[in-house]
Amino acid sequence: MKRRTLLATGASAAVAAAMGMPVRAAGHGPVKVGFIYIGPVGDGGWTYQHDQGRLLVEETFGDAVETIYQENVPESADAERAITQMVLSGADLIFTTSFGYMDVTNTVAAKFPDVKFEHATGYRRDTPNVATYDARFYEGRAVIGHIAGRMTKTNKIGYIASFPIPEVIQGINSAFLHARKANPDVEMVVIWAYTWFDPAKEADAAKAMIDQGVDVIMQHTDSTAPQAAAAEAGNVFTFGQASDMAAFAPTPRIASIIDNWGPYYVKRVQAVIDGTWESGNTWGGMPEGEVVIGEITDAVPADVKAEAEAMIAAITAGEYHPFTGPINKQDGSVFLAEGEVATDLQLVQMDFYLEGMLGDIPS
Amino acid sequence: MDLSAISPTLLLAALMVAATPIMLAAIGELVVERAGVLNLGVEGMMITGAICGFIVAVNTGSATLGFVGAAVGGAVLSLLFGVLTQYLLSNQVATGLALTLFGIGLASLLGQGYVGVRAPSVPKIDIPVLSDIPVLGPILFQHDPVVYLGLALVVAVWLFLRRARAGLVLRAVGENHEAAHALGYKVIRIRLMAIAFGGACAGLGGAYLSLVRVPQWTEGVTAGAGWIALAIVVFASWRPGRLLVGAYLFGGITVLQLNLQAARVQIPVEVLSMSPYIVTIVALVALSARKGRGSSAPGSLGQSFHASR
Repeated sequence: MKRRTLLATGASAAVAAAMGMPVRAAGHGPVKVGFIYIGPVGDGGWTYQHDQGRLLVEETFGDAVETIYQENVPESADAERAITQMVLSGADLIFTTSFGYMDVTNTVAAKFPDVKFEHATGYRRDTPNVATYDARFYEGRAVIGHIAGRMTKTNKIGYIASFPIPEVIQGINSAFLHARKANPDVEMVVIWAYTWFDPAKEADAAKAMIDQGVDVIMQHTDSTAPQAAAAEAGNVFTFGQASDMAAFAPTPRIASIIDNWGPYYVKRVQAVIDGTWESGNTWGGMPEGEVVIGEITDAVPADVKAEAEAMIAAITAGEYHPFTGPINKQDGSVFLAEGEVATDLQLVQMDFYLEGMLGDIPS
Repeated sequence: MDLSAISPTLLLAALMVAATPIMLAAIGELVVERAGVLNLGVEGMMITGAICGFIVAVNTGSATLGFVGAAVGGAVLSLLFGVLTQYLLSNQVATGLALTLFGIGLASLLGQGYVGVRAPSVPKIDIPVLSDIPVLGPILFQHDPVVYLGLALVVAVWLFLRRARAGLVLRAVGENHEAAHALGYKVIRIRLMAIAFGGACAGLGGAYLSLVRVPQWTEGVTAGAGWIALAIVVFASWRPGRLLVGAYLFGGITVLQLNLQAARVQIPVEVLSMSPYIVTIVALVALSARKGRGSSAPGSLGQSFHASR
């Protein structure tokens, strides 16, 4: 169902409510699942992957569910309106798929206790009808950080970051930590784009890095523009972000981190159908298949590829945690002692760089 | 902090490229406003041009034809605005805003099948001798043709408005449309031509983003560049020469901000992001404070014209 129909049903539901008619009849037909997207489904990255998850839900349940979505919802008061409208159009379960929707999701959830909400990458679950879910992207970042450390010739690797929030800082730290392990001389350049999706700005950020001698670029923004900038520059390697971005393989894209939300969405929709849905926090990673490393291309030497695959296997088997001590913070104080593994709480509160990083996190 | 990592040569070369799309869109809008029409639909025309150019370039394999297609696409969309405001006398501000919303929607509809598709590349001109000059060569003479097209357009518009009779007529229409009408000039026709020119320029600017700078199609590829172009026209107080300065200032801030970050200079990003707009406001205040000259805006800017009045 497209936005327009959504608006129409929303309007009719509002009218019905105003006239005192029952809107949400119990035991109604198909379960209605809504998705709120930060970007367009055609971004080729983050939102595209969430939409793939939505399509898997449709494919799995057929007529038993009906899905609706709204694209390009800003992380502002507009989001509250969009979510509310989705509730009024009869959604039973709503996935809000960006960190910035955290507060509004909880606000709307408090008003509609019968509707279930799932917020991606956040941590607030104020009412029992809100659950949170996230993927352990830092596991993937460890693998591509290792590859980046081995592939750089200038010893300068770049990271196009979005916003200074724990999820992004985890990724930077994980990538840097493993790049340093692979190559002790490596230095990381971070540019904060302050956007999740702005192709021109992402391209400019990539170009600024390339101009300053960076030859491997990682990104935590959603468009493929940095890939295109690297392709134009030549001799620069990149990694697909959120989506495989296979159009840029074998170079500049030499591997990718793929977010695979489908299985989680199917599981949660099933829970609603069964009436077993409960609030909670799910943080899946490589073992659950939520974080997948896309094909490592032949531009990567065989030994580096083998090391990366060994790391993937170890993380997937639960034998290796990317944040295993000894690790120091940037200021030299101890973050994790020898053999100590970071707890989830430490990770979701991460607001510091690790030892060896240059520059500061903007406040 | 590591300022030595920033190469001034590469920074200035990047600035030339970053300024081009907003310069193209702004010079078109400048002509439109000098003819007395306020078209706030620049963003919509830019993004429509971006996708039209991309579609044509992909299907023909020629980036040049792509830019032609972008100019046509932008001009056609702007004529929609022209018909609504000039013949049907709709409010220019409201119609312009609607044109932006319409253009963004139209572009994402047209672009459905073009996400992730690669466009043919635009070759850079390597001017012999000149491009080998140290420092100046990479800054000025190693760009794609569109960068020079943008500069040429600014010069052409400057000459046109200042030296050509037709330019004088266009300015007359913008300053006082009733007087121009009394003198026998076709106000509506002149304005429509100006609007189409503005649309074509905005289309070119959009295509520069989708074919050269990004280069690919993604929804929302212009990301507010059209609004910046509108601000530049005001900043330039409707003069082509100052428009050039404005475009480099606005484009330069973006590039400088990213380069400073990469070099770990601690300047809050927000400060740099808002600085072009602050400069615009300061420029406006400074201009209006000058005694005896009043506002430099065209006299009939934004007013509808009908011969019956």
